[in-house]
Amino acid sequence: MASEQTRASGSPPERPIAIRLDRVTKRFPGAASDAVTELSLDLVEGEITAFVGPSGCGKTTTLKMINRLIEPTSGRIEIFGEDQASLPAHELRRRIGYVIQETGLFPHRTIAQNIGTVPHLLGWPAKQIRERTAELAELVGLDREQLDRYPSGLSGGQQQRAGVARALAADPPILLMDEPFGAVDPVVRTRLQDELIALQQSLHKTIVFVTHDIEEATRLGDRVAIMDVGGVLAQFAPPAEMLRQPANAFVEEFLGNERGLRELSLIPVSAVPLLRCCELAPTASCSDALAAMDREGVDWALLIDGDRCVGWLDRDLLKEGTSDVRAVAEPLTRSISPSHTLREALEVALTSHTRVAIVQEDGRYRGVLPIERIAAHLEDK
Amino acid sequence: MRGDQPFIRWEWIGDNRGQIWDQTVQHLELTVIAVGIGFLLAMVLSLIGIRFRRLYAPITSLAGILYTIPSLALFAFFVPITGLSTVTAEIGLVSYTLLILIRNITAGLEAVPASVREAARGLGYRQPRLFWEVELPLAVPSIIAGLRIATVTVIGLVTVTSIITLGGLGLFILDGLRRDFLTPLLVGTVLTILLAVALDAALLLAERWLTPAARATRGAPSAEGGSIAQ
Repeated sequence: MASEQTRASGSPPERPIAIRLDRVTKRFPGAASDAVTELSLDLVEGEITAFVGPSGCGKTTTLKMINRLIEPTSGRIEIFGEDQASLPAHELRRRIGYVIQETGLFPHRTIAQNIGTVPHLLGWPAKQIRERTAELAELVGLDREQLDRYPSGLSGGQQQRAGVARALAADPPILLMDEPFGAVDPVVRTRLQDELIALQQSLHKTIVFVTHDIEEATRLGDRVAIMDVGGVLAQFAPPAEMLRQPANAFVEEFLGNERGLRELSLIPVSAVPLLRCCELAPTASCSDALAAMDREGVDWALLIDGDRCVGWLDRDLLKEGTSDVRAVAEPLTRSISPSHTLREALEVALTSHTRVAIVQEDGRYRGVLPIERIAAHLEDK
Repeated sequence: MRGDQPFIRWEWIGDNRGQIWDQTVQHLELTVIAVGIGFLLAMVLSLIGIRFRRLYAPITSLAGILYTIPSLALFAFFVPITGLSTVTAEIGLVSYTLLILIRNITAGLEAVPASVREAARGLGYRQPRLFWEVELPLAVPSIIAGLRIATVTVIGLVTVTSIITLGGLGLFILDGLRRDFLTPLLVGTVLTILLAVALDAALLLAERWLTPAARATRGAPSAEGGSIAQ
C-alpha cells in the first residue's frame, strides 16, 4: 500500500482491494499505439466498477487482461494481493466469473449443463452440480422447466440470465461482465439491470462491468472508470461525484447534455424533504377548497382521508358551484414511492396536471414533490 | 443384351446367395475402412490447416488434385507398387474422400461462433478439452454432411476396384457385362444403391443422435411462443 498516493482517486483505504491494476499497458502486435496505456486502478472488493468509454478505449481489453484472455504487454495485475500471472490462466479463469454480450452459451448443451460448466471443469460430483444448478436457476429467475432446454429455446433475456448463472456457478468472488446487456431490448435491459442490482445486494461480488452506455454505467456502478481512446483513464469516481465534477472536457462531453437528469436518477426521493401542501379533508366544502387554493397560491388541492390520498381537485371544476367536492375529485393516476429516484419524480411531475409528484408509501400519503423543488436540486450543484 | 433371356433369373440369385452376401460384406468393409482412414487423415490435416493457416491452401490443393485423378488411372499407378491388394484399393478410395472431408471438417470447426469459443476459454476451458467438448460437437452437422457425401462416393468407387480383382459388388456388375448376363448386373447395381442408401441413412441417424440440441429446436416451440406444457 506504499504507493497509495500515486494511485487513481476513489479507493477508500478502509475497504480491501480485490483487483489492482499497476501500470498495465497493452499494445497489440502490429498496432501503432497502445490499446491500454499505463493503467493503474484499485477495484474495491464487493463493489461494481463500471468501465465505460467510446469504442477503442480499451475497456474490454482491460477486462480481458484481468482473466488473462489477453496478456498485458507490461505492468502487473494483482487479485486479492497476488500476482494473477502466478497461476495457470485456465485455473485463474475458473475462479473468476465471466459473462459476455453474445451470452456465449454452448448451443449444444442444455441450460443446466451450461450453468454447470465450471463445476464440471472443476470435477465436482454430478449430484452436487445438479443441486448447484437448480439453486442458481432460482437465484437468477429461470424456471426448472427451462433448465432442460437448449439455449436456442430461450429468449435473449433468459439466455443472459443463464449466462450470469453460469458465471456464478463455482461462487467466484469476482465477476467480469463484458457488455452483458448490450444485445437485449431496452425494456429487458432495464429489468436485467434491476436484477443485477438485487443480486449484488445479497452476493457482494466484486464486479467489473464493461459498457459503452454511460447511463448503464452510472446506474450500476458504485464507481465508474471513464476511459478515453488508447486506454487512458479519464476519471475514476463514484457516479454522483463524476456527474457533479467531471474531471475534464472529455468526461463532460461523454456524460452528455443530460448530465443533470442522470444525476437526478442517482438521488432517491427519500433523500429530499417532502412538502405538505393544500390538503383537504374529503368533507371540505367548495368554498373551503377555493380558500385553501388561494392561500397556497395553487389551482389544485389534494383530498386526504386519514393517511390516504383519495383524489385531487381542479379549481376549474370547482368554479361551477359544486357543493360536494368528492363528486368532482379526480382520481390519482400516478404516484411515486420514496424508493423511486428524483428523475422518476420529475417525469411524474412533468406529466401531471398539478406539476407535483405525489409520494405514497405502501398506499399511505407522504407528501408532494413539486417540479421546482426537483429542479432546485439540480441548480445547487 | 440378348432379347430371349428373362429380365432376372431368380434361381441364379438363390444359387449364389453365399457369394452375394460375401461380396456385400466385402464392399461394406472396403467402404468403411476407406471412409474411416480418410476421416482420421482429414481430421489431422484439417487441424493442421486451421492451426497453421498458411498450410490450408496447399493441403486442399493437394486433396483437390487427388480428387481429380481418374480412379482407374490411380489404381493402375499403384498396382506395380502395392500389387493387386486391398492396400492399392484403399489408397485410391481414401484419396477420394480427403477433399470432401477436409472441406467439411474445416468449415464445421471454423463455424463455431467466436463468442462460444471465447466464453469457453473465459470459463477455464483449454485444449484439448475445448476441442472435444465444445468445438467438435458443434462441428458435427458439417462433418457428418461430409461423411455422407464421402461414403456415397466411395461406395460407387468400390465397384471400380473390382477391376483389380478385390471383390465387392462390382464383381457381379463386371461378370454381368462380360457374359452379357443381366441378373448379376442388376444384383450388383441394386445392392450397391441399397448399400449407399442404408449407410447414408445410418449417418443421418447418427447426426440426429449426436445433436440433440438441433432436434430440440426443430421440435420445440420457440421461446417467444412460450411453453404450452405446465
